[in-house]
Amino acid sequence: MKSFFKYFTGIFYGVKSLLSGLSVTGKYFFSPGAIVTQQYPENRKKLEMFDRFKGEVVMPHDEKNHHRCTGCGICGNSCPNGSIEIIQDKIDTPDGKKERIIGKHIYHLSMCTFCGLCIKSCPSNALAWGQEFEHAVFDRSKLTKILNKPGSSISKDIAE
Amino acid sequence: MKEDINPPVRNIEEEYHINIGPQHPSTHGVLRLVASLKGETVTSLKPHCGYIHRGIEKMCEKDTYPQVIHLTDRMDYLSAHINNHVVCLLVEKALEVDVPERVQYIRTIMDELTRIASHQLWWGCFGMDMGGQTCLLYGMRDREKILDAFEESCGSRLLHSYYTPGGLMKDIHPNFQKKVKDFIKYFRKKIHDYDCILTGNVIMQERTKGVGILTKEEAIDYGVTGPTGRASGFSCDVRKRYPYGVYDRVGFKEILGTKGDTFERYMMRMLEMRESMNIIEQLIDNIPAGDYTAKMKAVLKLPAGEYYQRVESARGELGVYVVSDGNKSPYRMKFRSPNFSNLSALDHICRGFKIADLIAISGSLDFVIPDIDR
Repeated sequence: MKSFFKYFTGIFYGVKSLLSGLSVTGKYFFSPGAIVTQQYPENRKKLEMFDRFKGEVVMPHDEKNHHRCTGCGICGNSCPNGSIEIIQDKIDTPDGKKERIIGKHIYHLSMCTFCGLCIKSCPSNALAWGQEFEHAVFDRSKLTKILNKPGSSISKDIAE
Repeated sequence: MKEDINPPVRNIEEEYHINIGPQHPSTHGVLRLVASLKGETVTSLKPHCGYIHRGIEKMCEKDTYPQVIHLTDRMDYLSAHINNHVVCLLVEKALEVDVPERVQYIRTIMDELTRIASHQLWWGCFGMDMGGQTCLLYGMRDREKILDAFEESCGSRLLHSYYTPGGLMKDIHPNFQKKVKDFIKYFRKKIHDYDCILTGNVIMQERTKGVGILTKEEAIDYGVTGPTGRASGFSCDVRKRYPYGVYDRVGFKEILGTKGDTFERYMMRMLEMRESMNIIEQLIDNIPAGDYTAKMKAVLKLPAGEYYQRVESARGELGVYVVSDGNKSPYRMKFRSPNFSNLSALDHICRGFKIADLIAISGSLDFVIPDIDR
């Protein structure tokens, strides 16, 4: 008799537990407002990332095509993966001295792990995070980028 | 339910071997388990590791201490903040740096948020392993709120690299506190849904109660820590025993189980999520003002010697052992990862149970495979 009673209470509690689970899913079935899915490729025009989002490393240039990079190479040294290469140029200054400036700031996006050490270590705040995140390309060589724009020069307040 | 699998003479010819993994959805990564079966009963289990071995410990030997941090993210990627914390604590201990109060508060909050996020994902995956796919969607949905809060402050959602030796990369975002408070208010309601949909479910209870029992002595023998060890009654919470951050200043319970079966391991994590929310609520309004980083030298050189530091990650005790020869990179770095020790107990736990129970048992141990292989 006892096992008979136990058998039926087991069935009763089993059905009750299933119904309480179904009530949760049923609640969402009848309230489509609670659905949170983002329609990603369709909403990409409106999509705004957070301002600290780590998309890629960029070098901000002002309207006169000036950047803040001195070409010191600290960012390359602090990078754990060797994804930053600095090629320096030598120029003759008007007073007859030779000075080193940045020639090419090469950034290998394919090797970057987005740790942020280059940006943190830069003494002149020349690097920043960009918001771009759709990095898929058909050719791997497109992931190697030169961060200083052609014809750009160092901003005057850094050079002094 | 448990069958006696030790007949006096073991007949090898009757045994049947089956490979689970390396590409199997319920091993949650590239773990290969070779199960020996007699009928449907598991007689022994051999885990084969190394499919995602990246040599992180060796790579650490050429990196400087700040550079090591981004590698630790990639071990147990579901508790990235906690992994960063252990290296930062070790470097700060070795250099005897006093970390600002504000940093300690923020780190503790971030650690607990990570723990909740990790357990949410685990809850979803565990539900899916047991055959309830809705759980995964709900777990992911609620985890998204935490990841948004992380993204706003740290810049990334999974591999944050937010802690640096001596402080943080950046101060928290002005919206962070509001977002966390909103999340806790939201999740206190939603965790009730979790209980309705899975904890009380009769199918789940029948499949987990009394299955995969690990006693307290065995848990200590195998070095099983974290929620898995605490389910067996092994009091191993590093936050209580060797407090770091501001854990010694907040009131929280160490949740202990008694039975050590799969259901108990499940309940540990459900209760831990609530306890983590209590910790965050105590801290989030009291973050003191101050700097977000201590003054550190440009090149960090640890004095020659040996150092060990441990923290409680979402899966158990995470330790890091460093031998320094006084240079800017460690001479040897060893991580004591919780998942590796927990995996060693799996063979013992699942012997005598059915192969369908194996999925429930390995799900309840909450493996992250990159943490096993490193």
